[in-house]
Amino acid sequence: MQADLTVILPEIVISVYALAALLLVAYTGKDKMAGMLVWLTAGLFLLMALWIGATGNGTHTAFGGMFNDDGFARFAKVTILLSAAAVLVLGREYMQRRDILRFEYPILIALSAVGMMVMVSAGDLMALYMGLELQSLALYVVASLRRDSAKSTEAGLKYFVLGALSSGLLLYGASLTYGYAGTTLFSGIIAAAEGQAPIGLLIGLVLVISGLAFKISAVPFHMWTPDVYEGSPTPITAFFATAPKMAAMALFARVVHDAFGGVVGDWQQVLAALSLLSMFLGAVAAIGQTDIKRLMAYSSIAHMGYALMGLASGTVFGVQAMLIYMAIYVTMNIGTFAFILSMERDGQPVTDIRSLNMYAKAQPGRALAMLILLFSLAGVPPLLGFFGKLYVLRAAYEGGLAWLAVAGVVASVIGAFYYLRIVFYMYFGEEGEALETGRSPVQWAFLMASAAIMLVGIINMFGVEAIAQAAAATLVN
Amino acid sequence: MDNLLSIVTFIPAVAAAILAIFLRGEDEAAQKNAKWVAMIATSLTFVVSLFILFDFDSANTGFQFVEQREWLLGLQYKMGVDGISVLFVMLTTFMMPLTIAASWNVTSRVKEYMIAFLLLETLMLGVFMALDLVLFYLFFEAGLIPMFLIIGIWGGKARIYASFKFFLYTFLGSVLMLVAMVAMFSDAGTTDVVALLKHEFASDSFSILGIHIVGGMQTLMFLAFFASFAVKMPMWPVHTWLPDAHVQAPTAGSVVLAAILLKMGGYGFLRFSLPMFPIGAEVLTPLVLWMSAIAIVYTSLVALAQEDMKKLIAYSSVAHMGYVTMGIFAANQQGIDGAIFQMISHGFISGALFLCVGVIYDRMHTRDIDAYGGLVNRMPAYALIFMFFTMANVGLPGTSGFVGEFLTLVGIFQVNTWVAAVATTGVILSAAYALWLYRRVVMGDLIKESLKTITDMSKRERAIFAPLVVMTLLLGVYPRLVTDITGPSVEALISNYETAQAVASSATQVAETSH
Repeated sequence: MQADLTVILPEIVISVYALAALLLVAYTGKDKMAGMLVWLTAGLFLLMALWIGATGNGTHTAFGGMFNDDGFARFAKVTILLSAAAVLVLGREYMQRRDILRFEYPILIALSAVGMMVMVSAGDLMALYMGLELQSLALYVVASLRRDSAKSTEAGLKYFVLGALSSGLLLYGASLTYGYAGTTLFSGIIAAAEGQAPIGLLIGLVLVISGLAFKISAVPFHMWTPDVYEGSPTPITAFFATAPKMAAMALFARVVHDAFGGVVGDWQQVLAALSLLSMFLGAVAAIGQTDIKRLMAYSSIAHMGYALMGLASGTVFGVQAMLIYMAIYVTMNIGTFAFILSMERDGQPVTDIRSLNMYAKAQPGRALAMLILLFSLAGVPPLLGFFGKLYVLRAAYEGGLAWLAVAGVVASVIGAFYYLRIVFYMYFGEEGEALETGRSPVQWAFLMASAAIMLVGIINMFGVEAIAQAAAATLVN
Repeated sequence: MDNLLSIVTFIPAVAAAILAIFLRGEDEAAQKNAKWVAMIATSLTFVVSLFILFDFDSANTGFQFVEQREWLLGLQYKMGVDGISVLFVMLTTFMMPLTIAASWNVTSRVKEYMIAFLLLETLMLGVFMALDLVLFYLFFEAGLIPMFLIIGIWGGKARIYASFKFFLYTFLGSVLMLVAMVAMFSDAGTTDVVALLKHEFASDSFSILGIHIVGGMQTLMFLAFFASFAVKMPMWPVHTWLPDAHVQAPTAGSVVLAAILLKMGGYGFLRFSLPMFPIGAEVLTPLVLWMSAIAIVYTSLVALAQEDMKKLIAYSSVAHMGYVTMGIFAANQQGIDGAIFQMISHGFISGALFLCVGVIYDRMHTRDIDAYGGLVNRMPAYALIFMFFTMANVGLPGTSGFVGEFLTLVGIFQVNTWVAAVATTGVILSAAYALWLYRRVVMGDLIKESLKTITDMSKRERAIFAPLVVMTLLLGVYPRLVTDITGPSVEALISNYETAQAVASSATQVAETSH
C-alpha cells in the first residue's frame, strides 16, 4: 500500500492542493484570490513537471497493475503539466480584464490535470475511465465558464452531451471487452487478444477507439470541436487545444499497445481510416473559415490525423513519432494561442482573421513570429513542424502504410492554403482598422519563445528525440 | 578551411539576422543601410565563394570540401560540391549582388525585402551543396517561403494569385518527393547522398491495383522526384505557374527565379533522378524527351502571342529549359555537358533580359509591348544591351546561348533523331519571337508621346549589365571554362548510369533465358 501511494504521489499532491485551495478560497477571498491561485497552480504544475521529469526512472506499477508509472507516462505527464502551466499563465490577464477569472478556473484545471495524469498512466479500463471522466467533467465546466454568454454556455452543453455520448460508447466497449477477456486489466486483455481475437473483443475494441477518437476530435467524431473552440473563452480554447489532446493521444497509444498490442492488424486499419479522414477534413473544412478559433479547431483536427498516422503504423518508432509530433504540436499551439489571445480592438477580443490586415506593418516582430508558427503548422521546412511530419511519414511508410503517407502529404498541401491565407492577410492585405495587441508581455514572451523553438529546435530538438525514443520503447514491447 | 561551404552558405543568413535585429526605422538612412548591408553581404559571399572555385580540383570526380555532422533522426548535416554543383554555387553567388543592385530603387519595406533576398540566397546555396536528402529537401522547400513573400509583398497587381499559385504548385510537387525520400531512407537506411548514389534501389516490376509498373520502385521514386523537379524546372505541362510568378514578381525576384531557382530542377535531375534511379530513368526517358520537345515548340509558339514582355521572356525560359531536360535525358557527354552549360548561360541571359525589362518598367511602369516602340532613338545604350541579350537568347554563335543549344542538340541527335528534329525548330521559333519583341520595343520611330522624355540607362544600370555581358561573351567564345569543370564529373555520372542499366538488362536476359 505504502509503495502504491509513492507511485501516485504527484497525482495525490495535485489533488490535495486542489481541494485545499478550494476550501481556502471558498471561505476567504473567492474570486479576488483567483489571480494568485492561477500563479500558484501554474507554479505547482511546473514543479511537478520538473519533479516527474528529473526524478522518475524505471517502470513502477501500483494497485495491481491499474496504474503504471513508466517512461511513456512521464513523457506525457511532463508535456501535459508544462503546457497546462503555460496556458494558465497566458490566459490570466485576458480573463481578469474581462471579469471571468473565477477561482474555480485554476482549481478545475488542476483537477482535470490529475485526470489526464491518471489517463496516461492507466493500466486498467477502470482507471482509464476514471481519469477520462475526471478530466472531461472539469473541462465541461470550464467550457461554459462565461455563464452570461449564450455561446459559451452552448459550447459547454454541446461538449457535455457529445462527451457523454462518447463516454457511453467507450463504456459499452469496455464492458464488451471485459465480457470477452474476463478482466479489465490491460495485461489480461492483451493475453486474451493475442493473435486471433474473438469477435466480441474486436467490437469492444472498435467502440473503445470510437470513444477515444471523440476525445482527440478525430473525424468522424469531430463535430463538437469547432463549436466548442469558438464558443469557449479563448484561454479555455487554448487549453483544449493542448494538454487534453496530448493526454487523449497518449491514452490512445496506451490502449492500443498495452491492451490490444496482440492484434495490431485489426486496429491499424481503423486508425489509418481515422487518420486519413481527419487530415482531409481538417484541411478542406478550414479553408472557408474566417474565425481564427474555428480555423484552429480544424487545424487541430488535421494535426490529430497526422499524429494518428504515427500511431497507426503500430511500431515503436510510430509511438516515438507520435510523441514527438504531439510535443511539437503543443508547443506550436501555445505560441499561436498566445497570439490569438492578444488580438483585440477597443478592449474587445477579435477573432476574425480579416482583422489582421497588414498587421505586419504595425507589428513586424509579432507578425514574423506568427509567420514562423504558421509555416511550422503547415509543415514547411526548415521549421520544426516539418520534422514532426517527417517522423510520422517515416513511421507510416515503415509500418506498411505508404498510401497513407502519400495521402497525408497531399492533405498537407491543401492545409497549407489556409495557413497561407493568414500570412496573406498579415503581409499582403490592405490597411484597415488597426488591431491592438501590445497589452500583455507574457503573451508576447510565449509567442516569441514558441517561434524561436520552431526555428532553433531543428538543430537538435533539445534532446526530446532521445527521450521520446526511450518513452516509446517502454510502451511497446 | 574545413567549413568553407558552410561559411559561404550562411554569410547571407547572418547578414539577414543582423538586419532583422539591429536595423530600426523606415527612413531613408535606414533604407540605405539595409541596401548596403545586403550589397556587402552578397559581394562578400561571392568573393569567399571564389575560393571554392580556385581550390576546386576538376579532375576529382568525387565530392570536395565535404563537411559532415550528426543531426536528428539519423540524418546528417553534410555539405559538399562536385563538378556538377560547383558552377551552380558560383552562378548563385555571382547573380545575387547584381539582383541587389537592381533593387536599389525599392522604397517600400526595404529592410524586409533585403532580408528575404538574403535568406533566399542562403537557401539556394544550400540546395546546391547539400549532400543529405532531407537537408536538400529542407533548403529546396524553405526557399518557397521568401519567394512567396517577395512575390506577394512587392509584386504587381495580381500578386496574390501568383504567389499562392507559385507556393501551392511547387509545394504539391515537392511533398511527393518527400514521400519518396522517406521511402529511400527506409530502404537504404541512410540519407547520405554519397551512400545513396552507390545504393541500388529495387527495380523488379510489380503491379499495383492492376497496373503493371515496369521498373518497380525505381520508376515510382523517379516519378515522385520528377513531380517535384518538373514543376520546378518547369516542364510542359506543369509550367503554368511560372509566367504568373514572373509577371507579378518584382524585377529582382524575376531575375532570381529565372537565373537560379529554375536551375534547381535541372540540378535535381542530375544529382538524384538519373544516378539514383537509372532503371526508372530508362523506362521514362522517352516520355521526358517528348515532353521536352513539346515544351520547346509549344512554349515558343505561345511566346509569339504574348503582349506582356515579362510573360514572353517567361515562356522563352520554359522553352530553353526544354533543351536542358532534353540534354540531361540524352544521357551522353554532349547532352549533359550541354544541359549544364545551357543552365549556366540561361542564368546570365534570362537574368539580363528580365533586368532589361526592369529598366524600362522602372521608367514607364508598364510591361505592355504595345506601350513601347522606337526606344533606340532615345536610349541607344539600352538598345545595344537589349540587342546583345536578344541575340544571346536566340543562340547566336559567339554567345553562350549558342553553345548550350548546340551541345544539347548534338547530344539528343545521337539518341533520338525525331526529338532532335522537332527541338531544332525551336531555334527558329526563338529567333522569331525574340527578334519580333526587339523590333516592337526598340526599333521604329518614336511616336508614343509618353516615351518622348525617357532617359537612357544610368551608370548603376550599366554597371549591372557589364558583368553579364562579359560572362555571356566569355562563355560563348571559350566554353571550356564550363566544360572543363563539369566534364569529369559528368563522365563519371554517365559511366555509372550506363553500367547500372547494363547490369539490369543482363540480369533480365539471364532471367529470360533461364525460363
